Amino acid sequence: MKRAGFTNRWLPVLLLVPQLIIIAVFFYWPAGYAIQSSFYLQDPFGFGSTFVGLENYTDLLSASEYRKVAWFTVIFTLLVTFFSLALSLLLAVKADNILRGAKTYRTLLMWVYAVAPPVAGFIGIMMFDQSTGPISNFFKSLGWDFTLGVNYFDTASAMVIVSVWKQVPVNFIFFLSGLQSIPRSVREAALIDNRSGMGRFWDVTFPLLAPTGFFLLIINITYSLFDTFGVVDTLVKGEPGNNPMTLVYKVYVDGFRGNDLGGSSAQSVILMVLVLALTIFQFRLVERRIHYT
Amino acid sequence: MAKVTLDGIRKVYPNGFEAVKPSSFDIPDGEFVVLVGPSGCGKSTLLRMIAGLEDISEGALSIGDRVVNDVDPADRNIAMVFQNYALYPHMTVAKNMGYGLKNRGVSKAEIERKVAEAAEMLDLSALLDRRPSQLSGGQRQRVAMGRAIVRNPDLFLFDEPLSNLDAKLRNQMRIEIRALQRRLGVTAIYVTHDQVEAMTMADRIIVLNGGVIEQIGTPTEIYENPASTFVAGFMGAPPMNLLKAKVNGAGTAEVTEGLSFPAPAGASGDVLVGIRPEDLEIAEDGDMQMEVKIVEELGANRLLHGDLGGQEFSVSVPKQQEVTEGQIALRIKSGEPHVFDANSGRRL
Repeated sequence: MKRAGFTNRWLPVLLLVPQLIIIAVFFYWPAGYAIQSSFYLQDPFGFGSTFVGLENYTDLLSASEYRKVAWFTVIFTLLVTFFSLALSLLLAVKADNILRGAKTYRTLLMWVYAVAPPVAGFIGIMMFDQSTGPISNFFKSLGWDFTLGVNYFDTASAMVIVSVWKQVPVNFIFFLSGLQSIPRSVREAALIDNRSGMGRFWDVTFPLLAPTGFFLLIINITYSLFDTFGVVDTLVKGEPGNNPMTLVYKVYVDGFRGNDLGGSSAQSVILMVLVLALTIFQFRLVERRIHYT
Repeated sequence: MAKVTLDGIRKVYPNGFEAVKPSSFDIPDGEFVVLVGPSGCGKSTLLRMIAGLEDISEGALSIGDRVVNDVDPADRNIAMVFQNYALYPHMTVAKNMGYGLKNRGVSKAEIERKVAEAAEMLDLSALLDRRPSQLSGGQRQRVAMGRAIVRNPDLFLFDEPLSNLDAKLRNQMRIEIRALQRRLGVTAIYVTHDQVEAMTMADRIIVLNGGVIEQIGTPTEIYENPASTFVAGFMGAPPMNLLKAKVNGAGTAEVTEGLSFPAPAGASGDVLVGIRPEDLEIAEDGDMQMEVKIVEELGANRLLHGDLGGQEFSVSVPKQQEVTEGQIALRIKSGEPHVFDANSGRRL
């Protein structure tokens, strides 16, 4: 490929400036500030701060509550990622097979995509409401006394269900387009080579979906870790108390409800490192990803 | 190895389009049959019905002595080579070739032996560990062939397998496929829109047009005795000249005054007189006066296009023959011109 060059060396810099300013103002500055304040103990009323070194970090890692939230986040992420990928793959495979009304079906499935996380959380509250929620009533009829916001396990279940529901459409769209980009003749060749539909799926369709699946895996992990904030926030109704929460939500609770800016900053720095690691992992693997052409 | 019987096979799509009108024919064991026709004539649909990739709307399809209408494609014991090869991109050449066998419970050692044997036959032995993306078009084509061979099928199905190759490779593969099929003795059905492929490869050709079988015959029969104006125009390059004519009282087909051809007994009214460009020669005493407008150089011969009795006409002459634009006199080298009914297009 031919590289186009600039004759004026300031022009490219000038063209990059707006982008760089945005990144600097909205990422580097706050990130830098977070790193800085993670080494300080802030006065809750804003009267100065004391340098405490790594104390915020050591406090966090030794706090049983932090470890509990971290564990919950890991389990929550695994469950949300697994179920939203599995369900959407199933739906996509089924949608790919239907011939009649396919468009309507796909459009209906994609609608949820347009729902914002807090709205999804709010819908969740209505569905899982203790006395009037249809889903809680359904669970009650099965003998499960579902109490959202009171029982830890029940609230966690609702969080997982709502988060999965919210994420399925995105995955569905990607899986469906991935399925449709598999050449028809390849599937037909498989039809002649293998009589078992399950066998064909695992031997041919699934490996050919792997690049899409891997991309979605990363997207879904990121989603479960960070974008579920709105869902968590609405479902715990701002009353974290004994309720489950994710690491991101804890940053908010400790920082803005508990006024522990230093500890909250330390938490966000840890999350930042986590995102960085995930991103590096993704880029590494995407680079090595097998391109089937 | 098996014979194939189609009995009144018909294909109607849900939207009511009749892609294949009821068609019947037999293919004896070991024969190489080519389905040829323009795009949209139903040839691929017919092949896909035989493969089981498309439901049969009506009629009975038998491979061997078994009616297979409702048999799974995987259980028909067929092998298909697709236009774009349809190799599994994530599998190596060896895995691609062995996948069908693996699913039939053939032992690993046996698969390995068969794959090695087919690879040897197709000159692929050095490529067994590669993936399809690392192969050239011609090599992919061979792998697709190999995948078909290792299954040891009753029937080979080819869906325009050479149309993605360049001309030189196509000629070579044409010969190789034909030789391979002869050697293995497996019945084969080959779909193409290329009449050269049809003529050179087929034991028998089935010419399709608009979902209807126009003619079934050996390449020679089809060329020498086209059953209709469609076959006459489709098979043979350059296509046959078709002159509008009227059968007069004397029983000859008259194109214009002074230009008439013998017509078969019973012909009447409007007819089309068909003469192949290569069945003519330039002769001083020829009774057909043609005005040459364009001379096409084809190397081995020259193609003259112009006007005969007010209608378009082409003649093929050997390269030794000097020609210029303008008036020439022609005569028919050998045989009789073909006469077709102008309305039905059928041969008279």
